[in-house]
Amino acid sequence: MCFTKMKAAWSGLTAVALSAASTSALADYTLNMPVGVTDISKEVYDLHMLILWVCVAIAVVVFGAMIVSIFLHRKSRGAVAAKWHHHTGVEIAWTTIPFLILVGMAVPAARTLIKMEDFRHSEVSIKVTGLQWKWKYDYLITDEDGADRGFGFYSTLDSESNAIRQLDSGRSPAEKENYLLDVDNRLIVPVDRKVRVLLTSADVLHAWWVPAFAAKKDAIPGFVNEIWFKVNEPGVYRGQCAELCGRDHGFMPIVVEALPQDAYDAWVAEQQAKAGVSAAARPAAETAASGESGQASETAPQEWTMDTAMTMGEKVYQTSCQSCHQAGGEGLAAAGFPALKGSAVVTSDQVAHLDVVINGKAGTAMAAFGGMLNDEEIAAVITYERNAWGHETGDLVKPSDIKAAR
Amino acid sequence: MSTTSAAVHDHDHHDHAMTGWRRWLFTTNHKDIGTMYLLFSLAMFIIGGSFAMVIRLELFQPGLQFVDPGFFNQMTTMHALLMVFGAVMPAWVGFANWMIPLQIGAPDMALPRMNNWSFWILPAAFTMLLSTLFTSSGAPASGWTLYPPLVLQTGDAFPFAMFSIHLMGFSSIMGSINVIATILNMRAPGMTLLKMPVFVWSWLITAYLLIAVMPVLAGAVTMLITDKYFGTSFFSAAGGGDPVLFQHVFWFFGHPEVYIMILPAFGIVSEIIPTFARKKLFGYSAMVYAIAAIAFLSFIVWAHHMFTVGMPFAGEVFFMFTTMLIAVPTGVKVFNWIATMWKGSMTFETPMLFALAFVFLFSIGGFSGLMLAIAPADFQYHDTYFVVAHFHYVLVPGAVFALMAAAYYWLPKWTGNMVSERLGQIHFWLSAIFVNLLFFPQHFLGLAGMPRRIPDYATQFTDFNMWSSIGGFGYGLTQLFFVFIVIHTIRGGAGKATAEVWEGSHGLEWRVPSPAPHHTWEEPPVIRADDESVHS
Repeated sequence: MCFTKMKAAWSGLTAVALSAASTSALADYTLNMPVGVTDISKEVYDLHMLILWVCVAIAVVVFGAMIVSIFLHRKSRGAVAAKWHHHTGVEIAWTTIPFLILVGMAVPAARTLIKMEDFRHSEVSIKVTGLQWKWKYDYLITDEDGADRGFGFYSTLDSESNAIRQLDSGRSPAEKENYLLDVDNRLIVPVDRKVRVLLTSADVLHAWWVPAFAAKKDAIPGFVNEIWFKVNEPGVYRGQCAELCGRDHGFMPIVVEALPQDAYDAWVAEQQAKAGVSAAARPAAETAASGESGQASETAPQEWTMDTAMTMGEKVYQTSCQSCHQAGGEGLAAAGFPALKGSAVVTSDQVAHLDVVINGKAGTAMAAFGGMLNDEEIAAVITYERNAWGHETGDLVKPSDIKAAR
Repeated sequence: MSTTSAAVHDHDHHDHAMTGWRRWLFTTNHKDIGTMYLLFSLAMFIIGGSFAMVIRLELFQPGLQFVDPGFFNQMTTMHALLMVFGAVMPAWVGFANWMIPLQIGAPDMALPRMNNWSFWILPAAFTMLLSTLFTSSGAPASGWTLYPPLVLQTGDAFPFAMFSIHLMGFSSIMGSINVIATILNMRAPGMTLLKMPVFVWSWLITAYLLIAVMPVLAGAVTMLITDKYFGTSFFSAAGGGDPVLFQHVFWFFGHPEVYIMILPAFGIVSEIIPTFARKKLFGYSAMVYAIAAIAFLSFIVWAHHMFTVGMPFAGEVFFMFTTMLIAVPTGVKVFNWIATMWKGSMTFETPMLFALAFVFLFSIGGFSGLMLAIAPADFQYHDTYFVVAHFHYVLVPGAVFALMAAAYYWLPKWTGNMVSERLGQIHFWLSAIFVNLLFFPQHFLGLAGMPRRIPDYATQFTDFNMWSSIGGFGYGLTQLFFVFIVIHTIRGGAGKATAEVWEGSHGLEWRVPSPAPHHTWEEPPVIRADDESVHS
């Protein structure tokens, strides 16, 4: 019976696969953990390879003995069973030796852990907030007088990937490079600087993970976790949310771009200008603050008509509401997302409509968009919802209505 | 499973042989109850397996082709809940019921009526749990680990799911009390503890684990209920609580739970290998102490499931060390099994094939577990397919293969018919090949960066997902073949079985006829002090 051969073939295949996985050339072939671009990620990779080789070595010995025995000690070969069935010395030996091997592993592992827990002397601090289902990045920058020079923005799955991934989109993921691993706004960091991420969540557990940095930690609502990384090479690094957070857990990627220091500084200055917090700019005079910063606008520069509201509202709906409430407002009952089309809140109760959009609905996946969108955007999307899909309310909600309702 | 009794009843009790549905609803007989547990667990295995087929179907290619992501999450959650609580655990209880009294020379379990209730709670619990699939917002979709705050977003299914878990807990606790009372009080004269079969030892220890941790799960689930409906904030920072508290409480249950699923498997392998190697188990006492050591250690490793929550350094290092330590007694067991094989006289009937595959493939799962124990490396593995590969290796070619081995081993004793070797071998080889095709590529997916619990993935993960799905479909279909084999055996199989069934078998269960009469050991056997044949 070819039992022996098949078992031998299988262990051979396993050994080949495991050793193939070890060469870093094949690391590119997505067989193995990446070496990454930080000193820590290289240490983690080395720990991983060390324990893998230890396991392979033990496997060769142990499975080798099994296979030899299966071949030699079979009744069909005339083997006669021995009578012995215990030996204290051997028990002690194969308890102690594995114990010592484990100690050998534990020491370097503890050393790397100590380094990962050293948060001193960080040079850049970024607050990362997980939401259902996007990330918010807030750069924590203050100048010498303690004035706030920070800015923030949301980072969402890019719209191309988002369109392709819809059920029955009819489109192929091959159409998009970095499908599901691309975002609208990347996290920009400097190379060769210790970057500290302060991680939290606005709703449920998420986890922020960039494999190239070996950095992963849970985002816990009400708590702040810390991670740090120091990127050695400029480049673009992609990761994903690593804690189940609801329906679109698989659709909230992370993209970090590491820039040389001057490019980073230039980018920061640009963002500060946009947010109105440049050292040179006067904060209060800015108008039409970008939706990315989530700041309430003072007054809209153009006239607020039904047309402007509907156009802006449809765009906001597509990016912020459609993935749950669907393009036609029909919702997704199976997932607990109510229909907006024909709903009492959307067609008559305007007060409740503003309340649920601004403040969310506790205990559900409906987030509080008051913190994510500005007055204009909220006024626009509510107007859109109240007039689309055959609703004939004729309601035009104004940004000042939103400001009053906050 | 015949209703007629070959043994003579020599004390007068009225012949209470009920028939029809009353027999099964009211039975207090450990063989009948064992059969019901086993058939129930087989049904749950098929249903839970079908949920896995939905998962693998959607993951066959990148892009979303079949299911809504929310429904996908329901499938992953329900697949795990059914497999853990509906398939593996009840199957082990089924074996405990059938075999412990037979192996220790007892006429039945200590508490036969409670035994009946322990079983019948389960169909009620699972009907309730499965019914949540038909609520308007669907079944729970938070993962079987039920982490808050996400789980508190579950809709109408929530109270039914929580209550069904409570019911499952009652069943397990009552069953464990029964097992302990039976083993400690009803062994035949002369069967000292260190003369018991290792399977009985494994269940004695498992029962203590169950009693220790099922109430903890009940506590965690109750706190979820009060947080959702009664205004408590155990898991909400806004009220002074912490979502991570749930994780601690859950995993304090959850880690011993996985040992609950595997220790009886260790017991099975320690019965089967000696039989088919025609050689006594190497290191019987070491094997018993190893099971006890694993059980003890299982209480102090739980936070290795939580390395990324932001634990203080001291915590991470403590749990890393204890988790690595648990590899030592587990390794001792593997070495002892191989030493049992060594210089034996082996034949390779189906039970032996499954038992040997267990040793081989469970060890692979053990290796990936050791890798996961290294906390800094775990930051890269956590919540990826590397973890999925690890636990499926220890549970599927681990626990499930041991269950299959035990079924093939004892089916002749239950039915009186030998299982067709040809059919058994086909089932084995197809299972072994497909299970590896299904789960081995998942190691690479995890290392390459694919997270868990996602219905769609970046295109570089395509090939391994495709292989894994093909393995899944093959493995799933092969298990339907197993159902056919069981029916075939009940209906005659490959001919009549003797009492001894297997040359080289040991233990009291092989001294009663095949099929085992409805009532056995009504007169306990007397075990002589020098009789070493009652255990492996």
